[in-house]
Amino acid sequence: MAKEAIREISFITRNGRRIPKVPAELNWADTFGRWKARWAIGRMKYAVEPGIYAVGNPDADSGVYVSANYKMSFDCLRSSLAGRDGWILVLDTKGINVWCAAGKGTFGTQELARRIEETGLSEFVRHRTLVVPQLGAPGVSAHQLKAQSGFSVVYGPVRAQDLPAFLDAGMRATEQMRRVHFPIEDRIVLIPVELVSWGKYVAPVAAVFFFLAGLNPKGYSGALAISAGTQNVLLLLAGFLAAAVFGPVLLPWLPGRSFSVKGLWIGMAMLVLGGLLLGRRIDVLGDSFSVAAWVLMVPALTSFVALNFTGASTYTSLSGVKREVRIAVPIQLACAALGIALWLVGLFV
Amino acid sequence: MARLEYLKNVVTLNLDADKCIGCERCAEVCPHGVFTVEDRNARIIDRDLCMECGACQNNCPVEAISVGKGAGCAQAVITGALRGTEPTCDCSNNCCG
Repeated sequence: MAKEAIREISFITRNGRRIPKVPAELNWADTFGRWKARWAIGRMKYAVEPGIYAVGNPDADSGVYVSANYKMSFDCLRSSLAGRDGWILVLDTKGINVWCAAGKGTFGTQELARRIEETGLSEFVRHRTLVVPQLGAPGVSAHQLKAQSGFSVVYGPVRAQDLPAFLDAGMRATEQMRRVHFPIEDRIVLIPVELVSWGKYVAPVAAVFFFLAGLNPKGYSGALAISAGTQNVLLLLAGFLAAAVFGPVLLPWLPGRSFSVKGLWIGMAMLVLGGLLLGRRIDVLGDSFSVAAWVLMVPALTSFVALNFTGASTYTSLSGVKREVRIAVPIQLACAALGIALWLVGLFV
Repeated sequence: MARLEYLKNVVTLNLDADKCIGCERCAEVCPHGVFTVEDRNARIIDRDLCMECGACQNNCPVEAISVGKGAGCAQAVITGALRGTEPTCDCSNNCCG
């Protein structure tokens, strides 16, 4: 995997090893890189080289902080160490963030033990303590690591931004630092990735609707594709955008625990809104077949998109998602299939 | 703000209180405050808050905790179902940002 170069890098030497030293301050390139990753541009290649890094002027007693090699994780950590001296031990998580990588096990006990060995960490630090982010705990087993490498794990706070307060308190986390929340700002930053990743599928589907809309009992009409096709594309995009934007934003307020139910409300709200806006002019959508088609397809779409936001959320369990997928996806598929069938019939009546 | 809680009565989390030595690791690593430790003994406060991340099980030195660890990601479940495998998260889509 191509790795991101870190600018302003210098080197220090410890025990004959040349160790890269990185600044704690992020520059414009780091900020731009973060923005790109949020828009899913080169996000799966946004990685730094695994290994040991120095921040400030660390010595044999300085703290060791473990991170993933997703550059956004690494940058969050080093910027929270501003004004301190420390070592950053970067694991090879294939460019994935700490929490997701811990879930897969790439941020894990084996990789951590291997990386301690490979970097010769025990030769240039006197103590035997590692600060591991709490969200690394699904992959790291503190007692097993101790047995394997002799290093003890102190679980740091969930968010790197709480690290200074954690360190100032003598490596003690408050209850608040230990909890994962999903506040509105955290949900909003995920919207661009939702839009881009789903856009890949929605755009071709929209194109198909556009071109098929030109079909009519007399053959094919380009003018019809442009008039009716555009309307259909707008309906599809409105449904998709509503789910991808309002799903994350309104998550706590949409009724129900299930994500597909939350998404269903968005679709229902759109139908009500559409009905109010169009009123008796609902025939601009075409015949009653296409009206019925969209009444089925819009909620199916918004429900499905919302269901898929489970993966980006911070609190859904696999058992819960399995149950939800088993119940909701067949219904969503049936509604979508019936809707498409009605829509196609509508072209020829 | 309304609390974010997922489906009721689905999680696979189990705690064998007889094995517990009261080390408090589970309460420390749980991101949702599922555990409390009183009188050197862990207790589950609210099982429905568990997201099955597996941190507690992984860090319990006496194997008192069991949970079917996995990512609560619909795309992974659907991809796994389509391929006939376990839930497969390739993280090229929505999650893992």
